[in-house]
Amino acid sequence: MNNLDFLKPKSRQIDFDKFDNRILDYVLEREESFLTCMSCGGCTATCSAGNLTSFNIRKIGLSLRRGNVKDLSEEIEKCMFCGKCTLVCPRDINIRNVVLLIKKRIAQLKSDNAL
Amino acid sequence: MNIKKQVAIIGGGIAGLEAASVLIKQGLSVTIFEKQNREGGMLNHWSKLFPDFASSNQILDQYKVKRNNLNVFYNTQISSIKPKDNKFEISDNCNLKFYADSVLLSTGYKVFDATLKEEYGYGLFYNVITSVDFERIHKSGELLKTASGKQPKRVAIIHCVGSRDAKVGNTYCSKVCCITGVKQAIEINKMLPDCEVFNFYMDLRLYGSKYDALYLEAQKRHKIQFIRGRLSEVSEKEDMSLQIKAEDTLQGRPLRMNVDMVILLVGMEADELNPDLCKQTNLQLDENRFFKSKNMQTSRCGSTQIGVFLSGCCICPMTVNETLDNARSAAFEVVNYLNSDAHE
Repeated sequence: MNNLDFLKPKSRQIDFDKFDNRILDYVLEREESFLTCMSCGGCTATCSAGNLTSFNIRKIGLSLRRGNVKDLSEEIEKCMFCGKCTLVCPRDINIRNVVLLIKKRIAQLKSDNAL
Repeated sequence: MNIKKQVAIIGGGIAGLEAASVLIKQGLSVTIFEKQNREGGMLNHWSKLFPDFASSNQILDQYKVKRNNLNVFYNTQISSIKPKDNKFEISDNCNLKFYADSVLLSTGYKVFDATLKEEYGYGLFYNVITSVDFERIHKSGELLKTASGKQPKRVAIIHCVGSRDAKVGNTYCSKVCCITGVKQAIEINKMLPDCEVFNFYMDLRLYGSKYDALYLEAQKRHKIQFIRGRLSEVSEKEDMSLQIKAEDTLQGRPLRMNVDMVILLVGMEADELNPDLCKQTNLQLDENRFFKSKNMQTSRCGSTQIGVFLSGCCICPMTVNETLDNARSAAFEVVNYLNSDAHE
């Protein structure tokens, strides 16, 4: 019967009860300004990496807030740390630091074999 | 009521004029102090009003009829208010003194200086204008033209310039710009039917009565396109056309677009002289530098100084109809105060 698994596709629904807050909590503790993001996309518009690759810094923030840890660890490597996102942010969020903290936390989780 | 009571109104924009007309009907003696050489304030600069495209001149003309029993001092900039024996001493910047039993502040607002948002190029690139510039062009009856005198084929209207922006120190929403952007987009389409119009917004805040109908009309009849994304920068090309960059946040991809003109929807800021008027009184400013109300819910027109009242955009950004409503409420608060035992 295992061959018929495709008949029971996984739900596409977001299961908020399985929220993975391990990266978010770490970032918010150290960079509280991230709380105020309103997803305007100014950061993505000016992002050097995002103009050439599929990297989207606004979506990094979204993945962080939604606890999509897997997406984060794959995408975050594409940031070049130029800091232009931080310059344009209307909420004055230190986005560059947010990225740095995400990377640190992922490295930590990886070394603990928790990711 | 003692009909000799004097009310000083500081600012002869529509808030001051409307409040004055109510106060005069109540038998009070009213003096308006206006810093310009004419009344009407900022409304003089607007062409047509949302949501019904009423002419601003029609509103201004009403006050020309109602002028009996009203004293207006022009070119008079009030620089201080001082409570004195249950009255107020008001001085202008030439140190001329006036006395009143109650003061109504209707000092209005100033428009955000778009040159501070350098990355949008106002004052640097000829084809970047503000919503205020657009009103002037519309009021003159001329067509919108690029710096080289051609009709623009594509115009981008940018929302939230100087509002909701911590980088310029204004974290509040100016409230009127979204609907102004929709109105001006429609006006451009009526003026130049072949011109494409794009509105770049963060959130569309069309909160007022009949505003959503205007949004619907913009989409349906005028084919205005709305893109959700905040502009990061504007750059000028050799032919003086402009390239803008934003994220199309709904597609999740960075976007660039060439346009002939950019219109910045500039927000409203508190008047720079507000702190001066607080100095010798208990008047206070709120976190956005507008005058602080006595109570957010129950006394929006009351100030933190007994006997001094607030009306219109010196409290917070307001539309024209809100300003007029607010001015009438303020006038009645003044009347109640002058009739109360506290004043006697």
